[in-house]
Amino acid sequence: MNLSFFDQFSSPSLLGIPLILIAMVFPALLLPSPGNRWINNRLSTLQLWFINLITKQLMIPLDKKGHKWALILTSLMMFLLLTNLLGLLPYTFTPTTQLSMNLALAFPLWLATLLTGLRNQPSVSLGHLLPEGTPTLLIPALILIETTSLLIRPLALGVRLTANLTAGHLLIQLISTATTTLMTTMPVVSLLTLAVLLLLTILEVAVAMIQAYVFVLLLSLYLQENI
Amino acid sequence: LPAAVLLKDTKLMDVKLGQLGSWLATRDFTPGGIMGAMRRGYERYYNKYINVRKGGLGGISMVLAAYVVLSYMWSYSHVKHDRRRKYH
Repeated sequence: MNLSFFDQFSSPSLLGIPLILIAMVFPALLLPSPGNRWINNRLSTLQLWFINLITKQLMIPLDKKGHKWALILTSLMMFLLLTNLLGLLPYTFTPTTQLSMNLALAFPLWLATLLTGLRNQPSVSLGHLLPEGTPTLLIPALILIETTSLLIRPLALGVRLTANLTAGHLLIQLISTATTTLMTTMPVVSLLTLAVLLLLTILEVAVAMIQAYVFVLLLSLYLQENI
Repeated sequence: LPAAVLLKDTKLMDVKLGQLGSWLATRDFTPGGIMGAMRRGYERYYNKYINVRKGGLGGISMVLAAYVVLSYMWSYSHVKHDRRRKYH
């Protein structure tokens, strides 16, 4: 069996049933819908407070038409946040390490913002391709550059999320392997490596949350340009 | 000897071992029945541990711990090769 450090990212399956579906659906179990009470339980209250916070943050720069996007952006944010954080538990599988899934999330949403802009206000959307105040000679080059930067956005969104999470998980696995291997031969160095591992885990928790936020924030920015 | 309550209505903890087979035969194994059973299980757990006045960390921690254990069981066949390897 050819074992490598990348085996943790292979899509898990049990007797031919892909388990990635369970990893994707599980965060929904942790988000109960609030009941009819005036004051709900602590979990629902916390969750409601958090969702209100995110939605207000995302919707402030958008005008009334953009508020139609509130549901999808907020649910995307909750999904990415929970899947990233759950992936830090031992032995769990993070579906957002799969490039296929991140591109499947990024591409349609970016395309939706682009088509909304081109359909409703085509000249304004195309006008974003040329920043104000460029010298006349540079205009053709700049339009090409801005078009490339526009077309590469979905790739960047997907790859950014994948690369950040994959790199984090790999680093954790490498450093923990080093810690356990060094425990028998050089315990002091092993303790130092353990300290590094602790700091890295804290960083990974932060990265998990930040990457989810960045994904959704960038999408809302693309929406602002086009709505 | 007819049971005081119909076998269909007895709870699992009250079923005698010999009656287990016939009890299982009375359960509803259609997809709708399985979804109903999962919904009932979820509601039982939710109302006992989470939907309480002063719920604490224990409610979700048990769910997360179960998720970790389940993931370990699913990945065991893959992870068991890592045990005493010199080069990973």
